[in-house]
Amino acid sequence: MTANSPMLEIRGLIKSFGALRATDQVDLDVREGETHAIIGPNGAGKTTLLGQLSGTLRPDAGAIRFAGEDITRLAAPARSHRGIARSFQITSVYRDFTVLENVALAVQAHAGHSFRFWRAADEVPELAQPAQRVLEEVGLTARSGVLAARLSHGEQRQLEIAMVLATRPKLLLLDEPAAGAGAEETQRLIRFLGGLKRRHTMVLVEHDMDAVFTLADRVHVVLDQ
Amino acid sequence: MVLVLEQILNGLQLGVMLFLMAAGLTLVFGIMNLVNLAHGSLYMVGAYFAAALYQWTGSFPLAVLLALAGTLAVGIATEVIALRTLYERDHLDQVLATFGLILFFNELVAILWGRAAIYSTVPDYLSGHVELAANFRYPLYRLVIVAVGLAVALLLWFVVARTRLGMLIRAGASNRTMVAALGVNIRLLYTIVFGCGAALAGLAGLLAGPIYVVQPGMGELILIQVFVVIVIGGIGSIRGAFFGALLVGTVDTLGRAFLKPVLAAVLSPTAAEAAGPALASMLIYLLMAAVLAIRPRGLFAARA
Amino acid sequence: MRKGQLFWGAAVVLLAALPPAALALQQPFYLDLVRRVMIFAIAAASLNLILGYGGMVSFGHAAYLGVGGYAVGVLSHYGIDNGWLQWALAIGASALAAAAIGAISIRTSGIYFIMITLAFTQMLYYLGISLDEYGGDDGMRLATRSRFSGLVDLDSPVAFYYLVLALMLLVLYLSHRIVRSRFGRVIRAAKSNEARTRAVGLSPYAYKLAAFVIAGAMGGLAGALLVNHTAYLTPEFMNWTRSGELMFMVILGGMATTAGPLLGAFALLIVEDLLSGWTEHWQVILGPLLVLAVVFFKRGIAGSLFHDRE
Repeated sequence: MTANSPMLEIRGLIKSFGALRATDQVDLDVREGETHAIIGPNGAGKTTLLGQLSGTLRPDAGAIRFAGEDITRLAAPARSHRGIARSFQITSVYRDFTVLENVALAVQAHAGHSFRFWRAADEVPELAQPAQRVLEEVGLTARSGVLAARLSHGEQRQLEIAMVLATRPKLLLLDEPAAGAGAEETQRLIRFLGGLKRRHTMVLVEHDMDAVFTLADRVHVVLDQ
Repeated sequence: MVLVLEQILNGLQLGVMLFLMAAGLTLVFGIMNLVNLAHGSLYMVGAYFAAALYQWTGSFPLAVLLALAGTLAVGIATEVIALRTLYERDHLDQVLATFGLILFFNELVAILWGRAAIYSTVPDYLSGHVELAANFRYPLYRLVIVAVGLAVALLLWFVVARTRLGMLIRAGASNRTMVAALGVNIRLLYTIVFGCGAALAGLAGLLAGPIYVVQPGMGELILIQVFVVIVIGGIGSIRGAFFGALLVGTVDTLGRAFLKPVLAAVLSPTAAEAAGPALASMLIYLLMAAVLAIRPRGLFAARA
Repeated sequence: MRKGQLFWGAAVVLLAALPPAALALQQPFYLDLVRRVMIFAIAAASLNLILGYGGMVSFGHAAYLGVGGYAVGVLSHYGIDNGWLQWALAIGASALAAAAIGAISIRTSGIYFIMITLAFTQMLYYLGISLDEYGGDDGMRLATRSRFSGLVDLDSPVAFYYLVLALMLLVLYLSHRIVRSRFGRVIRAAKSNEARTRAVGLSPYAYKLAAFVIAGAMGGLAGALLVNHTAYLTPEFMNWTRSGELMFMVILGGMATTAGPLLGAFALLIVEDLLSGWTEHWQVILGPLLVLAVVFFKRGIAGSLFHDRE
C-alpha cells in the first residue's frame, strides 16, 4: 500500500434484502488516519454498510479493499486479524464475564491460538496486563472485577470500546457509539474518541451532529432513495 | 420388477405418513419455535384411540373420527397445560420438558393398555388387495394411506397458500414477532397450529396402527425419522416436509429391501449379510449428512 | 470458594467411606448403586463440558457411552481382555466418533443441532441392534472384565469402586481446569455471545469441535466403565432416552458447575431407584417431575447451593 492509496476502498457495493435495496452502489474511500463519518436518516442502510465492512453481512455485488487486499469475501474473524474492529449499535459484550475478562478475551483472540487447556486463563499475565492497560485507557479500571451484566448502559458502551481497542486495530468501525448516551456522557465520548483520532483510522456512524462535526474529517451521507 | 414397484409404493406409503407427522412438527418449529418431542406421543395416542374405539364401537369410520377428535383434545390439553410456559424458554428447556412428557405418555398408555403390543385391524372393505397391473397385487389399505396422505397434502397446500389462516401461518413462520406486533391473536394462532399438528399426528398414528406395531414407545421410533425429514426439508417449510418425507420414505424402504442383494451381487454374500442390514438402517442418516453438507439449512428453508 | 472446598472435602470422605460402611452393614447393594452413580457422573461431566459450559445442546451424547462400551465388549468377545488396550480403544473410538459427528453437526446450530445429534445417535443405536454377532438388540454378556495386569481387579466390587471414584475425581478435576483455561474461555465466550466472539477474531468452530471430541472421549471412558459395571453389553447404552437422562443429570445438578454432574447423577438415579421401588409404572411420575424441574428448578442443585447470582 503506497502512501497515496486509501486504507479502505469500497467500490459499487450493493446489498438487497428481498425487494429492499439497503446498500445501493456505494463508493467510498477512507484514508489512513482520517475519521470518516457516515450519516443519514434511520433505516437508510448505515448499519448494513458497517456489517458488510466488518464481515457479518455478505454484499450482493461490489468490492471492498482493505490495505490493498480484497476482503469482500473474507469472514469476520479473519477481518479482525487484518486489523478491522467493530463496535455494535446494540451493545454486545459478554454479560456473564467480568469487565476484565471481556477485554482479556479480546486480547487472547489476538495472542495466537487458544488450544491451551491447563493454565487458568485469568492467571496469564500476557492477557491480563494488556487488558488492564486498555481498561485504564477507557476509564473502567475501577469496575474491572464487575460482571458486565451489572454495568450501566454507558459503562457497557465503554467496555465495548475497550474490547475494540484491545485487538489493536488499524481501522475502527463504530456504530452509533453515542446512542442512548446523555449529554455529559456524549461529551466525554467525543473527547475520548478525539484522543483516538491521532492513532487510529475510524469510520463513525453517528446521529449526534456534535460528535460528527467535532470528530469527522470527511462525511459521507447515505440517503433513502 | 414387480418387487421394485411394490417397494416403491411401500416407500411412498411410508413417505406419506412421515409427511403427516413432519408437516405438523415443522409448522410448530417454524411458527412457535418450539421443539416438541412429544409429537410422537400424539401419534401413539391416535393409534391407541383408533384401535380401542374400533374394538369398542365396531364402526371404523366412527372410530377414526373419534380418534382424531380425541387426539386433538389431548394435544390441545397438553398445549394449554404444559407447553404454554415453554414458548419463551430456550430449546434446551423445551427438549427436556417434552422429554418428560414422553415418559409420562408412554407409561400412561402402558398403564391403560399394558406394555404388550395391541392388535389393530382394518374393516373387511379396506383389507384385501388391488390388482394394479398384470401379476401385481398391492394391499388396498396401503393405497388408501397414500391417497389420504396426498389428499391431506393438497388440503394443506390449499389452506397455506390460499386462505387467510395460511397467510398468517406463512407470515408467522418467517417473522413471528412481526405477526404478534400486527395485533394478531398469537395465542389463538398458536393453539390452532398446534391443534392441527396434533390432528395430523393422530391421523398418521391411526393409519399406521394396522400396519405397524401399536405399543408404548412407538412414537419415538418414527419421530426420529421425522426429524431427519425436517432437517432435510428445512424447518418451517411444508413443501420441504413433503419432498423430504417422500425422499426419506423411499430411500429407507428401498434401502432395506434392496441393499443386501445389491451388496451380495457386488461384494460377497457374507459381507452383504453382515453389512447389509446395518448399512440399510443407517442410510437415511447418511442421506441427511449429505444434504447438510451442501445445504446446512435444508433444501427448502423457510426462514430468511 | 470456601463453600466449594468444604463440599468436596465432605464428598470425597463420604464416598471413600462408603464401601467399608456398606459391607459392615451388609448392604452391598449401596456399593453397586453409588458406583453406578459415579460412572454416570463421569458421563454427565463430559456432557456438562459441551452443554453446560458450551451451550451445545447435544441430544446424542449416549452414543459415546455406547461406542466405549462396545469397544470393550467386542474386544472382550474376541478374547482380548487387556484393560489398557480396551480402554484406550474405547476412548479413542469415541473421540473419533465425536469428531465425525461433530464435524457435521457443529456446522449447524439451534434446533438443527439438536435434531442432528439425536439422529446420529439413533443411527449408531440401529447399527448396534443390527450387529447380530454381538447380540443384536438383546446384547450380550461381557466375556471377562478388563484386566489391568494385576494392578486392579475389577471383579472385586470394592477395588472397582475405588477405581471409579479415582477416575471420577480425575475427570471432574480435568473438566475444572479445562473450563478455566484459555480454551475454556473461548468455549464459554462462544456460548455467551457468538457474534461478539467472531467480531473479536475467534472462529468458534474448531474450538467447539475440540470440546465435542474431548467430551466424546470422556463419554467413551464412562462407557468402558459402565460395561464392566453391568458385565453386560447392550445397544440400550445408546438409546436416545439415555441421552435425555444424561441431559437431566446435567440440568438437575446445575449446569456449568463442577459439582453439578455428581449431584445430578445422584439426584436422578436415586429418584429413579426410589420411584421404581414404589411402582412398576414409575415413569408416569418421573415424567411430570422432570417437567416441573425444568420449569421451576432450572438452576439445579449446585446452582442453588453454591452460585449466588443476581
